[in-house]
Amino acid sequence: MKHLLRLLCVFLLASGTASADSSPLRFGITPATARNQYALFEDWRVYLEQKLTRPVEFVVRENLQESIFLMRQKKLDFAWVSSPAYIENKQQTTLLATPVYHGQPLNRAFLIVPASDTHTRSLLDLKGKIFVYVDPMSYVGYLEPRYQLVLAGEDPDQFFKKTFFTRDQLKVVAAVAVGLADGGTISGFAWETLALSRPDITGQTRIVAKSPPYGFPPIIARRTLKQRDFTRMQGVLLGMSADPAGISLLKRLNLDGFTTADEKRYRSVSVMMQRMEDK
Amino acid sequence: MKFFMNLSYRYKIPLWGGLLILISSLTVSASFILNDYNQLVRDLEMESDKLGYSLKSNLFSALLQDDVWRAFEIISEASRRAGSNRVLVESIIVIDNQQRVVVSTQPRQARMLVALKNIDPEFAEIATQIKQMEGGASRTIYLPHSKHYYSLSSIEKDNTSLGTLIIVHSKAVFLPLFAENAWQGLWIGALILAILLPFNWCWGQRMARPLLQLAERMAQLGNKWPEDLDPHLYEYRDELGRLYEAYNLLLGDLKAKELLKNRMIQSERLAALGQLAAGIAHEINNPLCGMLMAIDTLKCHSDTSPLTKKTISLIERGLTQIKDTVAALLVEGKMNTRHLMIQDIEDVLTLISPTSGKKALHIIWHNSLTEEVPLPATYVRQILMNLLMNAIKAAAQQGEVACDVGINNQQLLISVRNDGKMLSAEQITRLFEPFTTFSEGGHGLGLWVTYQIVNQLGGTITVNREDDKYMNFTVSLPLGTPA
Repeated sequence: MKHLLRLLCVFLLASGTASADSSPLRFGITPATARNQYALFEDWRVYLEQKLTRPVEFVVRENLQESIFLMRQKKLDFAWVSSPAYIENKQQTTLLATPVYHGQPLNRAFLIVPASDTHTRSLLDLKGKIFVYVDPMSYVGYLEPRYQLVLAGEDPDQFFKKTFFTRDQLKVVAAVAVGLADGGTISGFAWETLALSRPDITGQTRIVAKSPPYGFPPIIARRTLKQRDFTRMQGVLLGMSADPAGISLLKRLNLDGFTTADEKRYRSVSVMMQRMEDK
Repeated sequence: MKFFMNLSYRYKIPLWGGLLILISSLTVSASFILNDYNQLVRDLEMESDKLGYSLKSNLFSALLQDDVWRAFEIISEASRRAGSNRVLVESIIVIDNQQRVVVSTQPRQARMLVALKNIDPEFAEIATQIKQMEGGASRTIYLPHSKHYYSLSSIEKDNTSLGTLIIVHSKAVFLPLFAENAWQGLWIGALILAILLPFNWCWGQRMARPLLQLAERMAQLGNKWPEDLDPHLYEYRDELGRLYEAYNLLLGDLKAKELLKNRMIQSERLAALGQLAAGIAHEINNPLCGMLMAIDTLKCHSDTSPLTKKTISLIERGLTQIKDTVAALLVEGKMNTRHLMIQDIEDVLTLISPTSGKKALHIIWHNSLTEEVPLPATYVRQILMNLLMNAIKAAAQQGEVACDVGINNQQLLISVRNDGKMLSAEQITRLFEPFTTFSEGGHGLGLWVTYQIVNQLGGTITVNREDDKYMNFTVSLPLGTPA
């Protein structure tokens, strides 16, 4: 009887472990942070599966709110989100890793206008014009330009004649390139990555200003995620730059690698958000 | 025009037909092309309507959420997709109910929030037309002198309109599509012409040919007898057929009249000659009888020398020959009252047999008389004799002479045929004149005498060539001629 009980316990334990490892890890992606390179995502997913030896699912959502919502619902384990999205949901999430771009886990915001516009020198020259945002939860594509306006003593809601969202960094470039918007902000990483593959589109825009560096949009994990899954995923991401397959993927992502995320890097964003809320 | 109207029917009929075919083909082609053009316009409008309809629903929700980018993506995608279609979409503009541009596929031309009427004068006109549109309606607008046409449809749901969709099409698509269809139409027209025109030409020629022949024959009428019309050229009973018939009747009449005239002239000449000959014969006959009687008296005197006797005999023979000749000319007087018997005809056969035997002729004899005929036997025998002697003389060595005697329609018919030399039409007209001979050794009085006798008996004598092989003399004598 003792033996039988012991056997049953072993069996239950084994099956429990097996079921935990065979359930997929879900990774959320939005066009606001990563380009819609579905073939690349698939290769990355396969890479992660091989490294983690368990299924990985990439869940693509149109906007950041949806990804955050899914994470709160525990339907996402990881997500690559914007800094404001992380800060707003700090209670429910933890930082997993930050991409390294040009050797640093930093990014910049580019203010772009159509190439035909040779007059605009700063964001303030776009008063009464049509401006395109990325996403209401985007740092570079929403918070940053609005913050600049506030600093300049302008009301971001009245400053422009009309604003609209594209939910996608690259579509901001397209909207500016075709002249639908008179200006927009986009992350330097996104603009430079696009310039590598579609210089014809970026060529139709002109960079007016570049913001000071800020923390690169991080990859966050659900706070309720098992520490083991967290650590394993972090290990795999951080180890990509030391692995030929990982390097190849990083090259396609136009990144140098991933590093551990430091919450301090996102403090300035947090301050900005606080300032905007207080306004 | 006069030049054309003066042209021969040979050209006029095909030219008229060709002209009519050309006009018909062009009219039919033009109407097809016009119809095609209208169909093309309708098709393009329908395709444009379909495009508008497919966009409206998505645009409504995008406008409702003020999602400019989505609206832009919807119209950009539609514009790109339509490029592969027949309708050429130049641009798409979405305006709100205040007629301000919400979004456009060409944002530089139609800026966001700009009033439609301020874009350009054409859009100002469109703006006016939109105001007149009823809710839910869609329509196509063609502006004069514009390179575009505009398809408008209201963006609405549940009777709530959020704006208007304006699809700007280029008219440039019309011409190539229209030209493509028009070329097709013209090719078919040309093909029809290529078939019909030669057919028309042949038909016209065929129609004109009988008319031309008729005209040609009629033109010859004044100068000579025209050849007969080809009876197979036109065998139908329409107006032209009746014209042919009338022409043939007319020609027959004219020929009969001409024949009659010639016969009258001939018989008048023969009558005059007969009178002259009879007069001269009488005048000669009287002194001749006297001279012969004197010679006869002189011969009774026995004291005449041998030389005188010889001379007298010579004169007597000469005078007798003159008498014979004169007697031959003088066909009158004694009419034998005896009626013609069957045997009289057979006697003639016996009489000619020695002569015909010399030439080894084949005599075909057919006497169908069955009873006595009330005609003077002597004259009939002389006629038959003369005709047969002539025929025997004319017939070739070992040739053929045929004789047919019979009664038909109260007339005695004598027909004598030989296979000798053919006489020409000219010779035939002079055949019955005295001293006309076409054979050696004849004095040319036989047929003259025959003619005179026949004439006196109230009959007719005709000569004709039979199959260009036989000369046929036919005498017709009415029965019961007073002897």
